[in-house]
Amino acid sequence: MATKTALLRTSTFRFALLYAAVFATSVLLLLVFLYWATAGYMARQADATIDAEIEGLAEQYRREGLERLSEVIAERIARDPGGKSVYLFAGADYRALAGNMNAWPKADVDAQGWLEFSLNASDGVRRARARAFVLGRGLRLLVGRDVQELRDVGALILTALVWGFALMLATASVAGIALSRRVLRRIDAINATSAEIMAGDLGRRIPISARADDFDQLAGNLNHMLDEIERLMRSVKQVSDNVAHDLRTPLTRLRTRLEALATHVHKDAPASELASAALEDADQLLAAFSALLRIARLESGNLQLVAEALDVSALARDAYDLYEAIAESRGLRLRLRLDGTSSVLGDRDLLFQALGNLLENALKFTPSGGEVSIETRSRSGVVELSVIDDGPGIAASERGRVMERFYRADASRSTPGQGLGLSLVSAIAQHHNARVALFDNAPGLTATISIPAFTTTA
Amino acid sequence: MRVLVIEDDATLREYLAKGLREAGHAVDVAGDGKDGLFLATTESYAVIVLDRMLPGIDGMTILRTLRASENDVPVLVLSALGDVDARVEGLKAGGDDYLTKPFAFSELLARLEVLGRRRGINAAIATDLSVSDLHMDLLARQVTRAGRNIELQPREFSLLEMLLRHVDQVVTRTMLLEQVWGYHFDPQTNVIDVHISRLRTKIDKGFSVPLLHTVRGAGYAIRTPVA
Repeated sequence: MATKTALLRTSTFRFALLYAAVFATSVLLLLVFLYWATAGYMARQADATIDAEIEGLAEQYRREGLERLSEVIAERIARDPGGKSVYLFAGADYRALAGNMNAWPKADVDAQGWLEFSLNASDGVRRARARAFVLGRGLRLLVGRDVQELRDVGALILTALVWGFALMLATASVAGIALSRRVLRRIDAINATSAEIMAGDLGRRIPISARADDFDQLAGNLNHMLDEIERLMRSVKQVSDNVAHDLRTPLTRLRTRLEALATHVHKDAPASELASAALEDADQLLAAFSALLRIARLESGNLQLVAEALDVSALARDAYDLYEAIAESRGLRLRLRLDGTSSVLGDRDLLFQALGNLLENALKFTPSGGEVSIETRSRSGVVELSVIDDGPGIAASERGRVMERFYRADASRSTPGQGLGLSLVSAIAQHHNARVALFDNAPGLTATISIPAFTTTA
Repeated sequence: MRVLVIEDDATLREYLAKGLREAGHAVDVAGDGKDGLFLATTESYAVIVLDRMLPGIDGMTILRTLRASENDVPVLVLSALGDVDARVEGLKAGGDDYLTKPFAFSELLARLEVLGRRRGINAAIATDLSVSDLHMDLLARQVTRAGRNIELQPREFSLLEMLLRHVDQVVTRTMLLEQVWGYHFDPQTNVIDVHISRLRTKIDKGFSVPLLHTVRGAGYAIRTPVA
């Protein structure tokens, strides 16, 4: 049973993660838009200005010729003391004719006719962006602007946006984890209490906070269910105890009278036989009844485990000792294979009963000449006690059902028995926190009880 | 011997009383806890049959009261609740034996007689046991009959030992399982019978007088042969 759910596997964490992803995506879109709207806008404006200028200058040249163009360029340069604009009027050989640049920049023109290059200004290297225009007869015009500041601002904006995004992402993650943990803590509290309750402490209830939120409502509902379960379990115990007393008394009396009858008619052969047969039937009925009661009490957890440290190998040896004679009388070989000593915490008589039931089944169903073996094995904190036979075994389809009360496998219907033996084994195993498993021995059956090992930390 | 039966179910009470009288015992009866305790403390009995569930004072209280007043009369506890925890509780409270209802009368009788005669035989000190020409040396772990040495496996030895300690008494299969193998459980097969027949083959076959008898409906006994 899981006691603490991994944080990463909780639905709240996944939800928080999903929310953070959606949030991040939308913020990212917003930031991209912001960037486009600010730095992008400024760049677009600068380009538009250059375009307009170049158009204007080209128009001047067309209307009033080369000299006028040079004059206009000179005027514009004079009017722009900050040196933001660059102008260059060059000839076919790229030799400068007018403008505030010495030479045509060594840069490639892109598809739209823009080029970018570096300027050596008085305060360092600055970036410029310009448009080239061919005037005809080999004459070229270059108009541009110093975009260094623009670039700087753009970079600043970008940095700010990236940092902002990173910060937001971090905050969202932290908040998501913190939120998930809060929720997880409440769910863990519920799980922990449930585990304790199921381990036997039926009186516990899940704590409810003063908030009266949806978790508290859940806890409240679970507590109501637990009240009901506790009530039912108590009534089951009462019923089974009442049944034990109420039904056993008339059954005992029945048996007592039959026994008296048997002694009274022992001289009358047919009557005596009937009485003996009736007595046997009564005993069978009582045995089944007794087994059922035991199973019910074991399964309901009402029976207190008389627990002591037991050596399973000793138990197996005793069983071998007891059943060896009857095995031989039926022409079967009984073997014992022990793997060291293995200690478990349990009820000696109950475990011996379980082993006995398994052995009796094996001896009952294995035909003469076969072999039955008792094995113990100790592995990784578990002690395995097995009874292995080479008889007809149990069909795979029936193996799952064979431990139900009164279930008799098709092959065994003709043999004596009521089908409670394995149910009792299963109930005893459950009582010891052990597992019972049936496997195909090909041929035959392997029945294994796996009991948690008992280790004393000396 | 004198037996006291404290049982609230009238039918069972009368049946037990009748059966025990027919077996040769003197029986007093009580139908509830108060009468039972009164009789138990004022009269002297060889053994008491005590039902756990009684109206008035319940069985366990009577038992504890007896033991507290240093009355160590052997008590066989009867109960309808046959589970292990109840059994252990009954024995811890001072009971000497515990039977769950329903039981075969022969089982009750066998156990009563064993409990009642416990005082007589100082079993712990005996170093050997014998019946007729069968001789068991407990120290040397040897068995002989008519001078001939008989080879017995350890379990067979314990089995014979128990039967000899209860010579002329009936020992039931459940008693054998409890004392020779040390387990209290219900076998569905006749495991004990097979061990007994093996033992019988070894100690009776080839000898003139059989010593190991099967008591029909009850169990087994080694009986001293009537001269």
